[in-house]
Amino acid sequence: MSNRYDVIIIGAGVVGSMVARFLSKYELDILLIEKEADIGMGTSSANTAAVHAGYDALPGTNKGVTNAIASRMWPQLSQELGIPYEQCGDYVVAVTEADMNELENLLARGKANGTPGLKIISGDEMRRREPLIRQDACGALWASTGAISDPFAATIAAAENAVMNGVEVKLNTAFEDFLMEGNRIIGLKTNQGDFECRWVVNAAGLYADEVMHKANVRPEFRIQPRRGEYVILDKADFQLTHNTILFPTPSDKGKGIVVTSTLHGNVIVGPNANFVDSKKNKEVTKEGIEEIWSGGSKLVPAINRRNIIAQFAGLRATGNAPAPNPDIDYNQDFIIEIPENIDGLVNLGGIESPGFTAAPAIALKVIELLEGAGESLQEKLDWNPIRVPRPVFRHLTREEQAALIEKEPAYGRIVCRCEMVTEGEILAEIHAPIPAVTYDAIKRRTWLGTGRCQGGFDTPRVVELLAQELGVAPEEITKKGSESRFLFRRTKDVETDHLSVEDLI
Amino acid sequence: MAEIDEIICVVCPKGCTLKVKHEGNQMLSVEGGCKRGEKYAASELLDPRRMVASTVKVKHGLHPLVPVYTEKAFPKPLIPQLARELRKVEVPAPVKIKQVVLQNALGTGIDVVASRDMPVEE
Amino acid sequence: MKQEYDVIVIGSGPGGLAAAIAAKENGADDVLIIERDFELGGILLQCIHNGFGLELFQEDMPGPTYAQHFIEKVNDHCVQTLMDTMVLDITPERKIFAINKTQGYIEFSARSIVLSMGCRERTRAQIMLPGSRPAGVYTAGTAQRFVNVEGHMPGENFVILGSGDIGMIMARRLTIEGAKVKRVLEIMPYLTGLTRNYVQCLMDYGITLQKQRTVNRIIGNNRVEAIEAVSVDDKWKPIPGSKEIIPCDTLLLSVGLIPENELSKKAGVHLDPITNGPYVDDHFMTNVPGIFAAGNVVHVYDLVDWVTEAGYVAGKGAALYALSDKKKTGENIPLKAGENVRYVVPHTLDPAHLADETIRLQMRVSTPIEEKIRITVEDQDHEVIAKANNPYARPGEILTLAIKPKAFDIVQKAESLTVNVRTR
Repeated sequence: MSNRYDVIIIGAGVVGSMVARFLSKYELDILLIEKEADIGMGTSSANTAAVHAGYDALPGTNKGVTNAIASRMWPQLSQELGIPYEQCGDYVVAVTEADMNELENLLARGKANGTPGLKIISGDEMRRREPLIRQDACGALWASTGAISDPFAATIAAAENAVMNGVEVKLNTAFEDFLMEGNRIIGLKTNQGDFECRWVVNAAGLYADEVMHKANVRPEFRIQPRRGEYVILDKADFQLTHNTILFPTPSDKGKGIVVTSTLHGNVIVGPNANFVDSKKNKEVTKEGIEEIWSGGSKLVPAINRRNIIAQFAGLRATGNAPAPNPDIDYNQDFIIEIPENIDGLVNLGGIESPGFTAAPAIALKVIELLEGAGESLQEKLDWNPIRVPRPVFRHLTREEQAALIEKEPAYGRIVCRCEMVTEGEILAEIHAPIPAVTYDAIKRRTWLGTGRCQGGFDTPRVVELLAQELGVAPEEITKKGSESRFLFRRTKDVETDHLSVEDLI
Repeated sequence: MAEIDEIICVVCPKGCTLKVKHEGNQMLSVEGGCKRGEKYAASELLDPRRMVASTVKVKHGLHPLVPVYTEKAFPKPLIPQLARELRKVEVPAPVKIKQVVLQNALGTGIDVVASRDMPVEE
Repeated sequence: MKQEYDVIVIGSGPGGLAAAIAAKENGADDVLIIERDFELGGILLQCIHNGFGLELFQEDMPGPTYAQHFIEKVNDHCVQTLMDTMVLDITPERKIFAINKTQGYIEFSARSIVLSMGCRERTRAQIMLPGSRPAGVYTAGTAQRFVNVEGHMPGENFVILGSGDIGMIMARRLTIEGAKVKRVLEIMPYLTGLTRNYVQCLMDYGITLQKQRTVNRIIGNNRVEAIEAVSVDDKWKPIPGSKEIIPCDTLLLSVGLIPENELSKKAGVHLDPITNGPYVDDHFMTNVPGIFAAGNVVHVYDLVDWVTEAGYVAGKGAALYALSDKKKTGENIPLKAGENVRYVVPHTLDPAHLADETIRLQMRVSTPIEEKIRITVEDQDHEVIAKANNPYARPGEILTLAIKPKAFDIVQKAESLTVNVRTR
């Protein structure tokens, strides 16, 4: 294993993983590095899971262009990579005259972006399609190409397909600095050693500004984390009439607080959009819950607080980069470029919404940029775009389940009862091309521990399985890497205790 | 010097608060309870005892620990030492329910016994 | 392995074990227990503390000892058991679908079923505790499993939220195993568990309990580093100026138990929104003919002895149902929760049942009454058919009242019965 690569991608979120996957088509030695203990632990696993139709982004911006291209790629891509995806269509709901005008703006924008299947419908039609919508809705924009997906599943699928096609992935590997020769990048310094390469792709999400500043690129560019909180509703207690995403009319804060179906079966409500001071602050707050509940219950009055079974928050990598076209007045666009003052960097930054949607198109743009910079990309003869997803027990028919247990008895033991996740699935993830070695990694991949008992029943069993399969003591097993151990010691290994005879008298 | 201590009686679930006046270990009076409470207050003053339950290590058992308990109520002030002693105990599987795992614990004459069978690991 | 049974019992905790024994003792030949763990005993296996058997045996046993007594009886009665098997579905027609490693997908049919799946614990998410999501937040029962069965300590410095029995018992347990329990916080103005546990688990070990205080926020990125405690008023609103940061590495939640009725719902069983368990008659049969329920799956008990008794009643009912060709319909006189009573179980009374044996009611009051009280069961004309006295009434302690066969005459003429708790 050498330390020399053609391309190193910093960040294994959905963007970095998609770049890896599409680049793996070519004869290149590619390394994908990720500072956390698992891929996709940043924004990629905490968002609305929407594949946007493309009417929201401004035409001519990087956001608009990539959204439009990607929206058309998703149906086939989801098939190739085995990513859950449903083109259920979405609605932007208007309540006032001003809202209706905004819908017309969105319609025009969508058309300019090349988004097909857009139509403004009446309030009555909206209520006919979704009786649970607020009664005072006076109209809606219907986008038939809007879709819902599973961003973490997309990240893992893309990364695994990349690995299948020869890409190397290193977790727990944090970028520290560039290795330069004059103005040319020749490699990276990381906490796991130095690596040589000809190209670096900056897909570092929330930290993309810090990465590019190490090369003196765009010193004025800054990422301000913007937190979005969500609540998850019990799938047994509340469902929308059909799978869809219900948006309010957008404001300058963004797309607003939505009520959306998810492909896991739960409806989620959120996100709000508040700047926070730290790139680590994914706290869910009381005020935040009130804010999203207020927004969500206005849109869909039937939702009930008693249906809430979980909460989470994600951080948007909100940047301040102007759109490349100077005629467009917009200051929060994606950066997708090869910077002029430096050789060897493909720079991506400010990838917030519609970042998940746009990820495959951003990957294609990266390839385009490399070609434009003189890289002669030779296609691999044996590139395999197909990644077959591993069996999801609860989605199988009884016959399929019986057959699977016959083949692999571990599928016959249910570990997470609420979400029907089996031991077989957990073992498969521990031994997958990018192994899941923490509890949260297994949770993201299998959806275990996300139901009513929130891990109460499965945690001891998962810890035991991980310890067994990884050949370590249970005390080494973590929730999400580094300092997040579950267990401190064995019950009887006590150094000092706090028992005092004085207390007992 | 007479002291007054307040204790909560646990003889029945009512949980009355008893005011116990005593001089050292000499009981003077008990207010706030019933006859059973008076007896409890006296025992708490002179010789407080509790049932103690814990676990001890098992070698080659179905589980790494077997639950154990003191056969009789154990002197309260000795509980920390008992806990420390039990940490050192390791019994080989199979263990039978009521088997003595620590005989005459701390010289009290009270045995610590297993709460259940613990078969050998598969 | 057979496919058809007279009685199938789901869960082998105290309710299920008693039901299986009673089913056999009342004539059912083919009785099967399906258990998801690899040994019988259910939650009792991790309840290593004493306090079990006080009523039924006048003995003070640890949970596993109590369990073993019934496990031995189950084996003596030749009840069939299927371990490491998860029931996935039950139909109103009493078909059961389960899976395990060796047989894969198995289908059973039963003449009658006893549901005894017990409870699960209320989670952090359900109480919407704000803050970060580090490792080190556990429900008390999960921590209990780690400490007592698997043999690991989930932390060193604990804060416990909730003064329920599990939280207090774990406070003592953790201290015995060398950890430090820094504080127990209780949002209500009163103790929600037994006073005995307060004395023997908290006071004995010098652990401070603070009432009307709760966790405002969890702090720590990877592992819990502290919790922010805050005082609250009677409406649970935080009181300004009362915040305190308590450094710790583990937060244990003991904030309530919820009967586990996912399977019951699948079988078409109707649930009482106050207990979160099935509506049951005095044989512990649910609204679905032939499907019975016993134990914490019906409502949260505080004494295991009454769970065993309920299991016996349900098991007997299940056996008689399974064996009789003619499914007799008894009368179902509604038993309502009256003054100060939050809920009563069972929900209906059949006078014919009363003719044969005493029926024990279980109830909880809504708010504490620290004065002498009287429980009465009255008919629609306020005629008292049964009563009992108690020195107090607390939400954390179940009140029981036995209706004896001598009440048969009045009960059989009643249209409805109401249970009241009043000061006397």
